[in-house]
Amino acid sequence: MNIDYIFYLLTALTIICATMVVVSKHPIRSVLFLVATFFCISAHYILLNAQFLALVNIVVYAGAIMVLFLFVIMFLNLNKEVERNKSILYWLGAIVSAGCIFLMLVSSVGKVALTNGNIEKENYTLGLVENIGMSLYTDYLFPMEICSVLFLVAMIGVVLLSRKENKFTTNTVSNV
Amino acid sequence: MSPIIIKLIFVSIVFGISLFVAMYSTYAERKVAAFLQDRLGPNRAGPFGLLQPLADGVKLFFKEEFIPLKADRWLFLMGPGFFMITALMTSAVIPFGPDLKIGDTVIPLQGTDLNVGLLYIFGVVSLGVYGVLIGGWASNNKFSLLGAIRAASQNISYELAMGLSIIALVMMTATLSMREIVDQQSGWHWNVLYQPLGFLIFLVCAFAETNRAPFDLPECETELVGGYHTEYSSMKLGFFLFAEYINMFISSAVIATLYFGGYHAPFIDSMDPGMLKTFLSIGVLFAKIFFFIFFFMWVRWTLPRFRYDQLMNLGWKMLIPLAVVNIIITGIVLLMKM
Repeated sequence: MNIDYIFYLLTALTIICATMVVVSKHPIRSVLFLVATFFCISAHYILLNAQFLALVNIVVYAGAIMVLFLFVIMFLNLNKEVERNKSILYWLGAIVSAGCIFLMLVSSVGKVALTNGNIEKENYTLGLVENIGMSLYTDYLFPMEICSVLFLVAMIGVVLLSRKENKFTTNTVSNV
Repeated sequence: MSPIIIKLIFVSIVFGISLFVAMYSTYAERKVAAFLQDRLGPNRAGPFGLLQPLADGVKLFFKEEFIPLKADRWLFLMGPGFFMITALMTSAVIPFGPDLKIGDTVIPLQGTDLNVGLLYIFGVVSLGVYGVLIGGWASNNKFSLLGAIRAASQNISYELAMGLSIIALVMMTATLSMREIVDQQSGWHWNVLYQPLGFLIFLVCAFAETNRAPFDLPECETELVGGYHTEYSSMKLGFFLFAEYINMFISSAVIATLYFGGYHAPFIDSMDPGMLKTFLSIGVLFAKIFFFIFFFMWVRWTLPRFRYDQLMNLGWKMLIPLAVVNIIITGIVLLMKM
């Protein structure tokens, strides 16, 4: 089977899902389309023979972060399709910030050499567990440790914030 | 036969077995409950009530199909389907036995031997909550919503401890492939003997992830009517209930595979390889699975349900620190062995 067709099909699906995230006015549907987008991206990883990355992407983003997103949206009870009144300033801000992101993406993607090779022939193995572990713990050790320190800081921050709130409210445990 | 057809046949057999085991688990659950409460249990439909699951299935099919007026129609229909799909997906990486040799063809008794099989299971388990979450929210009912939210928070909390307990296991086995993990456990080298604490944490988390008592707060009748499936009727309700039993079957299989040697048993490992050995191995795996299914039921009819804050305290303040300690101990032992 030609792997190119699968790629184009997947890419089309990804773009459709990603567009639906922005277009659909219903917040819960937006989140569900975002989950679908993550699945498509994971499928791309599998095409590149990076099963580890694909599954970590699903576990972390689709399995944990998106569940928390849904969780919060359900609590907010945004059942009605919310249409905010949009002034021109609103539009302008959106266009400028989106444009900035687009410029950034173009400048970074432009530097990547787009190889026109065949995935099946070139036999990528960079995405396998062993190779990712190797490069993370040898070549990129310092950035990775910095990242984990950042996570730790964020975690401590969250614990601190939730602690302070507890002092003001009564001593009951938040019953869901 | 081409490998694709063999795989198709194998996958359909696994699918059929999952459904069949789940069907008779509903019967077994009622019989076990009856036994533990000194009753008789279902005994009217067929000999020993063996046709009871069929009768229940027919009943569910003929119940009125009901969709609440203000429900989100599409998501309401999607919820049970999604729950069922994620329940069935997990069995793809479980090795059900050693390779079956018929003539010259070798049939691997495993859906696919992913080199990250363990992560795959973990990924699918983490997706399982979407069905409950979507169904509960789309019902547009406060009880359903509360059930769904409970399911989500419970799943996320216990996923962490589960992942940490698996990390200790992976440190020991040095592989993520299910097949290799099983083959390392031949003889009496069962992982449960090396990772007793990790196994205990994994077991508790498996109960929580399958929403089984004493962790069945998302559908707690005394507080929430029916929890996330309050508004469901007919076969959609059937899907939710049935998927729970499939989840139970699959998690029993995962526990047996990861910690209890999978299809290995000491007296079978010393036999000559052949058809007989293959089938005995499959039998051993299923014996282990059935024991754990029984264990799930045994616990359900013995322990009372947790209170919500007890549940959260157990997850965050007991299991996660214990799992971290387990990782540290495993690391120290491994270093000392080197």
